[in-house]
Amino acid sequence: MNAELVSELEVPRHRTWRSRAVTTMGPATVLAGVVWALVQPERVTLLHPRGQGFWWLFVEPPLLVVVVGLVFWLIVAPAVLEDLAEAEDDATAR
Amino acid sequence: MQPPAEHVHWLFATGFLFLGLCLLGEAIVGTDVWRRRPWRAYLWPGITFVMGLLMWPVMTFFTNSTIHMLAHGAWAQVLMLAGATELALVRGKISSPSWRLTMALAFFASGASFLIHEQNPWFFQRSAFLHHLLGWTLLGAAAIPIARCIRPRSVALGSVFALTFVALSVMLYCDRDLAPVFGHLSPLAGVPHR
Repeated sequence: MNAELVSELEVPRHRTWRSRAVTTMGPATVLAGVVWALVQPERVTLLHPRGQGFWWLFVEPPLLVVVVGLVFWLIVAPAVLEDLAEAEDDATAR
Repeated sequence: MQPPAEHVHWLFATGFLFLGLCLLGEAIVGTDVWRRRPWRAYLWPGITFVMGLLMWPVMTFFTNSTIHMLAHGAWAQVLMLAGATELALVRGKISSPSWRLTMALAFFASGASFLIHEQNPWFFQRSAFLHHLLGWTLLGAAAIPIARCIRPRSVALGSVFALTFVALSVMLYCDRDLAPVFGHLSPLAGVPHR
């Protein structure tokens, strides 16, 4: 027998265009970096590291784009989405 | 141990890209939601201020000419001013939306600096082309912060403002110390190294 109360059931949250947009930004940036790396592999020094100096190994633009996308996707976006959902719930309750 | 100039451009491009994403996020969800967590409220003004601070070593170590030094020094000052103003607005130390005009000043001063310190024509080589493009983009984009003072809650203006930073980052990522632009490379520029 399922004793779970109706009020405790998880209601699938309706996703607004705002939440979809914020969710997409990080992955889109990562994808842009990956596509750039595939189009211009010579800008990813890790693929041919022999004889390269520190700066050529440390600063690799396509990988930097991927890192920025990951930081936004994994660190910034989740909290923004949480707060956005709360704000939308507050607005609906009013 | 000093990085090549193009690497410095790429590092600043990374900062601008993150700044652009944060600003776009704020434009989409609205300032009230964005500022629900204090660390997020201070995030992009803080990045702007730190990028201004980091321009000082650029000014010190990349002194190709006096005009370069002055341009980099001007960027450092206006970026720090714009960042500090936004930090003060978030903190509540100042409240008038007109303070946002410091961002317009930052755009204008940066655009003028790009154009003044680039002494070669557009198609001399890629960096010359990008300096002209960045300069005119920033001068044109100076109108956006002014419009945001009038309509601070506009999603469209906020998005355009954010996408300006993304566009700037793309231009900075395209920068190379010595490379052709659309097949043009002046023989006076030298030989591309890679």
